[in-house]
Amino acid sequence: MIKTVIKKGAYFDSVSLMQVAKKLNAVPGVLDSAVVMATKENKGIIKASGLLTPEIQQAGDSDLAIAVSARTQADLDAAFKAADELLNKKPAASAGGAARKAAGLDEAVKMLDGANLAVISVAGRFAGSLAADCLEKGLHVMLFSDNVPVETEVELKKAAAKKGLLVMGPDCGTAIINGAPIAFANSVRRGNVGVVAASGTGAQEVTALVSNEGAGISQCIGTGGRDVKAEVGALTFIQALKMLASDTGTEVILLVSKPPAPEVMKKIAAEVKKIKKPVVAVLLGGAITEKIKDDFYPAKTLEEAAYKAACLGKGLKIGKAKELIYDMNLKAEALAKKEAARKKHSSCLRGLFSGGTFVSEAQVILPELIGAVKSNAPLDKKNKLADSMKLSGHAVIDLGEDEFTVGRPHPMIDFALRNKMIVSEAARSEVSVLLLDLVLGYGSNLKPLDDILPPLAAAFKRNKELSIVVSVTGTETDPQVRSRVVKALEAAGVLVMPSNAGACRLAGEIIRLGNRK
Amino acid sequence: MKLFESELKVVNIGLESFRQGLNDSGVKSVQVQFKPPLVADAALFAKAAKHGARIAKANAKAMERILAAKPALVGMGVALDVIPGMRKDLILHAGPPITWDRMCGPMRGGIMCALMYEGLAKTPAEAEKLAASGKIKYEPCHEHNAVGPMAGIISASMPVFIIKNEEHGNLAYATQNEGLGKVLRYGAYGPEVIERLKWMEKVLYPTLKAAIESLGRIDLKTMVAQALHMGDEVHNRNRAGTSLFYRAIAPAVIKTCKDPETAAKSLEFINGNDHFFLNLSMALSKASLDAGREVKDSSVVVVMARNGTDFGVQLSGAGGRWFTGPAAVPDALYFPGYTKADANPDIGDSAITETNGLGGFAIAAAPAIVQFVGGTAADALSYTLAMYGITAAESNIYKIPALDFRGTPTGIDVIKVAKSGILPFIDTGVAHKNPGVGQVGAGVLSAPPEPFAKAFEYFAKNLK
Repeated sequence: MIKTVIKKGAYFDSVSLMQVAKKLNAVPGVLDSAVVMATKENKGIIKASGLLTPEIQQAGDSDLAIAVSARTQADLDAAFKAADELLNKKPAASAGGAARKAAGLDEAVKMLDGANLAVISVAGRFAGSLAADCLEKGLHVMLFSDNVPVETEVELKKAAAKKGLLVMGPDCGTAIINGAPIAFANSVRRGNVGVVAASGTGAQEVTALVSNEGAGISQCIGTGGRDVKAEVGALTFIQALKMLASDTGTEVILLVSKPPAPEVMKKIAAEVKKIKKPVVAVLLGGAITEKIKDDFYPAKTLEEAAYKAACLGKGLKIGKAKELIYDMNLKAEALAKKEAARKKHSSCLRGLFSGGTFVSEAQVILPELIGAVKSNAPLDKKNKLADSMKLSGHAVIDLGEDEFTVGRPHPMIDFALRNKMIVSEAARSEVSVLLLDLVLGYGSNLKPLDDILPPLAAAFKRNKELSIVVSVTGTETDPQVRSRVVKALEAAGVLVMPSNAGACRLAGEIIRLGNRK
Repeated sequence: MKLFESELKVVNIGLESFRQGLNDSGVKSVQVQFKPPLVADAALFAKAAKHGARIAKANAKAMERILAAKPALVGMGVALDVIPGMRKDLILHAGPPITWDRMCGPMRGGIMCALMYEGLAKTPAEAEKLAASGKIKYEPCHEHNAVGPMAGIISASMPVFIIKNEEHGNLAYATQNEGLGKVLRYGAYGPEVIERLKWMEKVLYPTLKAAIESLGRIDLKTMVAQALHMGDEVHNRNRAGTSLFYRAIAPAVIKTCKDPETAAKSLEFINGNDHFFLNLSMALSKASLDAGREVKDSSVVVVMARNGTDFGVQLSGAGGRWFTGPAAVPDALYFPGYTKADANPDIGDSAITETNGLGGFAIAAAPAIVQFVGGTAADALSYTLAMYGITAAESNIYKIPALDFRGTPTGIDVIKVAKSGILPFIDTGVAHKNPGVGQVGAGVLSAPPEPFAKAFEYFAKNLK
């Protein structure tokens, strides 16, 4: 059936009307429609479509004609309602400058006068040449993308150094520049501790801990994990050290890395020696035995390093850091005793981590308490898990490894896989403790509680002896608000610790005490 | 190294969520709409970069010539008499070269119409047979200094405008625009179409020819510049251009035409066709761009044209070589009764306007047709602004009021297109895919990637 409405003297330009007709035709049940000014030419055009009704034929140049052919009366009514809405649509706010996207790099630097940093997170195969273009335009670069060939990394870093520019990455997850969190980073206090980190999660942990301890971060420069390998030779790491050494806002320098290649370590040590500021360093899984300089403070864990830097930053004695950790341990021991008392059959620890550096830190801390720990990312090859999906004994898993992330977002954003494993591991009677990390901040899952609470509840339901220990990396000013997350987890029966090291110690202690009985 | 002392300002390329932390910290940032490059071979880009200074110099020379061109309408003539290389058995068409068997419906219809108009065939069936017989030859308008909208058909007896680039002396040709509805350029070949063409030849042509001769010349360049200030982009909207042309020609028509009835009919014909100016803006663009041809090492695009099957591109530094790829169907608004299923792939030489910094490249100047590009004036601005990223220069005369009279993005640089993945933006009319039906809508589209990828590869490989 066809219905016609004539609106006398209602002028619309023809293109608007075509737009309306296009949308009307998408209304379910509408077979065809014409929305036109009833001019002679338009009448001729719609004649072919069979919509030239007698009403339209009689309408004049200044009349708006709407004709709709539809299956049922209800469809017709819906179509005319839609037409009214479309014709009365308020115009969108015009010519917004800031919200506009740039079509390319050229336009971007024109739009943002004085742009000085490019953050690149496109697919790796495009990232290298894009980074080169950014350097060409005088921009510092943070290369979040991975899968950039090592030769490209070296080329970029050498080209950058010539221009006095910094290349953070590739595969650099975290940076804080001039107080602004970049990519996966937390909202931290500004202060006098400058961080150079070859590990994104490590950087998040130390900056959040320093900030939560009442000190602050001047700058946090990420280098990408490969920077400290022999092929790259710490090009960015050394450059970052120099930048922090001469930065007036930085009074304490904190280094975070996995153990560099030996010759690279020598270069870093030589550079550190030149710095006239106290330097704290944590090389997870590697000890620094060399006496580099008087005010050089090695640390075994991210937590120790962060607290040492925080104390130095606040002008306190470095020994205060050990006290902080000691106090935390006292509380943890009491908790551990209570938990261990509940265990009758279970004895194994399973760590399911979204942050790779936490897996390393867990392997630094746990063996002293519970013996060998297997991993898909082992510090020692002999502890390599045969199958990352089949866990036995004590095991800690990095869910950010490529084997888990192909075709999936990072586990800090998408909890689905870990949630599944939380429930399935809890269902095993030998599992006594689940050890988890929860990394807050920008870039990460913005509603972590919505996603993690249901599997945690299911886990407790399936395993009456289960303890769940979680470290929450983040701050009060993070979008997720750390205290809110901690409160909800505790209400769900989770044992929450301020640091990953603390969580590892608590989890290890529960197992140790439980197995001693 | 001054990063720590400066205000942080971030260009974010990739995940948009990374801007939240920056926004919350009050850091200014701009999001780049990343597109992958058209060509995967990084070595070719490296080679182009190595010769960058020489290419930039060549492009500057090509652009200087294109921008300095002074196209004016200087006369009219019959195709056979004035178009170089024109013959009675030759039909010129839009876009890159194509054989009859690969031609789309509207182009075939247009050719059949031309054969009947020329008296070479009496019926459509006869015309189709002749067209396919091999006795009629087909060549691109562009290879004869001419341009034609849609099917772009020019046959021997058709009258054409003669546009002279007064700066460099080269000429360009285009037919008179037939108006909307059932017309040859959309592949219609009914008796009324041929009748109109005959009228245009016998009545309109001599009238306009005499008027133009009495005026001597009509400066098209300033006319287009003014039209842009009046809401045209002179591709999809030619209302202002047509009005300005009418104002220029009307007194001369009255003065030179002996029969008032003929004068009135001729002027009414122009007045009744908002797109009358299109063919002139196309020929103006052609005359300008041809001046930028044959500059060694220049990566500037001097032709974008479609034949309804293929989209073709020519480069200043690559001679008359065509680089082609399949033409796409425009994203359009359709006249009542028609849908995308009826649409023919993109067709016509009219993308010469975009090549010359007009049309889609100047859409920011034409707020009246922003519905084609998303509905808001801001969308139109965005499209024009994006084109600055792939062009070698800005127009010295075609200016956009809404951009504080910035010159339109002009001279597509194929290296920039290949590298940025930003494709030229074209607005256009849409033909029905079957011959004889005519226009079914109007819309916009991005040029297809293949021709530009091929052109860039050829250009980079032949750099010495």
